[in-house]
Amino acid sequence: MTATHSVTTVEANPADGAGSKLGWAAADSWTMTRRELAHWARQPVQVVVGLVFPVMMLLMFGYLIGGGKGIEGDFKSYLLPGMLTMTMAFGLEATMLSVTQDLGKGVIDRFRSMPMNSGAVLVGRSIADMLQSVVGLTVMIGVGYAIGWRWSNGFASFMGAVGLLLLLRFAMLWIGIHLAMVAGKPELVQAVQILVWPVAFLSNAIASPESMPSWLGAVVEWNPMSATATAVRDLFGNPGAVGHSWAATHAEFLALAWPVALVAVFFPLAVKRFRDLSR
Amino acid sequence: MSDLDPAIVVEGLRKRYKDKPALDGLDLTVRAGTVLGILGPNGAGKTTAVRIMSTLLRPDEGRVEVAGIDVRTRADEVRSRIGLLGQNAAVDEELSGRQNLEMFGRLHHLGARRAGTRADELLAQFGLTDTGSKAIKQYSGGMRRRLDLAASLISRPQVLFLDEPTTGLDPRGRTEVWNAVRSLVGGGTTVLLTTQYLEEADQLADRIAVINHGRVIAEGTADELKSRTGGDRIDVVLHDTAQLDRAASVMPGDVHQDRDRRMVSASISNRMAALTETVQALQAAGIDAEDIAVRRPTLDEVFMQLTKEEAA
Ligand SMILES: Nc1ncnc2c1ncn2[C@@H]1O[C@H](COP(=O)(O)OP(=O)(O)OP(=O)(O)O)[C@@H](O)[C@H]1O
Ligand SMILES: [Mg+2]
Repeated sequence: MTATHSVTTVEANPADGAGSKLGWAAADSWTMTRRELAHWARQPVQVVVGLVFPVMMLLMFGYLIGGGKGIEGDFKSYLLPGMLTMTMAFGLEATMLSVTQDLGKGVIDRFRSMPMNSGAVLVGRSIADMLQSVVGLTVMIGVGYAIGWRWSNGFASFMGAVGLLLLLRFAMLWIGIHLAMVAGKPELVQAVQILVWPVAFLSNAIASPESMPSWLGAVVEWNPMSATATAVRDLFGNPGAVGHSWAATHAEFLALAWPVALVAVFFPLAVKRFRDLSR
Repeated sequence: MSDLDPAIVVEGLRKRYKDKPALDGLDLTVRAGTVLGILGPNGAGKTTAVRIMSTLLRPDEGRVEVAGIDVRTRADEVRSRIGLLGQNAAVDEELSGRQNLEMFGRLHHLGARRAGTRADELLAQFGLTDTGSKAIKQYSGGMRRRLDLAASLISRPQVLFLDEPTTGLDPRGRTEVWNAVRSLVGGGTTVLLTTQYLEEADQLADRIAVINHGRVIAEGTADELKSRTGGDRIDVVLHDTAQLDRAASVMPGDVHQDRDRRMVSASISNRMAALTETVQALQAAGIDAEDIAVRRPTLDEVFMQLTKEEAA
């Protein structure tokens, strides 16, 4: 440690216009995304476990538990869209866990003391989580295909279904980030990890609302997860639960509206929280 | 900014946590190119002050300018001119040292290529080249601290904040950090460092501010502070408590006895002369000492003295 320093402050952004600001925001977000990708590269086991868990659930429900309650026809065709929906929804806890862990780390202080874009940490997280979800969906659809699931409505509908699934994941992502910042304690993450199960079962992801008491059926039909699962089944051309309520017959609309509304609420809240962190 | 302008100005800084004040009207001025050491016990408000000056925390009241820029209203401009070594490590434990430095370089908007060369430069400077590709969580505490310091130097900051930079380091690590700070200051960087060690402030700082309960209670050069607190001390440990009184009576200077530790100590002005005089006086009185040591006043002593003055 003998090198001498010259104090030529590195002039960061010579042109400080609005355009360059946006450019730096994008560059910073990409740097933060790369950070997450580097984490994966250093913890491949964790990444694989994250991918294998939903596949395991799919196989368990598909083979061990067998036909769902009140479902006519091929259960696997009913199950796969439900499991895809559930996997996207459970992304909430994954995001919440990583943000909670991240906020507890000193490195966040360094980020906040640097001239970087203040939202980049969150945007980087969301890009990385979305990439992870794309990989996760691909794996699950591949496994689904291998065990006999098929879709029958052509490529455009297929992509539409995938789009709705990722939209749900995106909404869950911002809820997860916000929850982590409001109450980011490991105990709370655990509570959420448990609570997502009853919420998932209170949807038509796995069981059909037909088999439930009517008041519960109504709750289930309005669950955002049900909207996505139903819409995805329609788009894939897979058998769905036959409901007659407004929510059941407008599933496509709700599968768009629910996540968009959730993002509209939680995205600004989360960004504001992060800006105000420890102020 | 000319060399005579202050690099840091803090005026009437206040910050409360719940109803307990952490900073209670703190005032500081640091001239560009100099080192200010902030000395204070646990809970004095050192970290709170550093976090406010480095834009991490908003003050309740008061004015803070770093490099002539208001930290509240123009935080981003301040951020591109400062480096921060926080009290706790601020690096990504999962990534390697090199990955960390490169990432911080990119976030300082050096561009991908310069971020890479700067990372290698700093790894070499801090003797971390060999371990550069290991994850930080496998680093020793000292290595982690050095990497953290390297990370705070990425942008060649005008003003550097160091919050207890050497706490937890071994003597060699401490000397290394001290040398790094000296070479930075040689290059014109302004440094504000907090410490609990008088020795450290003594080694590095041009001026020292002693703070307690969120306020400056004394400020000056190391010599000025030491003379206010009675300068160096000599400690004599005896074999036999019975001889304490006799030893105290023959020793020169303002003498205190500590029965529990079988120790007599006196404040002194000239180290060599005091040592010779004391040894001669004890020998003449036929008193055998177990241990004799000349030392700087401890932070405790400076502190007790200063708080005594404050109360008076
Ligand atoms: N986040 C916080 N919430 C509540 N109180 C706090 C918080 N941070 C600091 N304090 C309180 O503010 C006071 C000053 O704390 P600070 O960390 O600035 O002291 P310090 O001089 O850095 O101490 P140390 O030498 O232990 O690092 C202390 O009484 C501390 O308990
Ligand atoms: Mg502290």
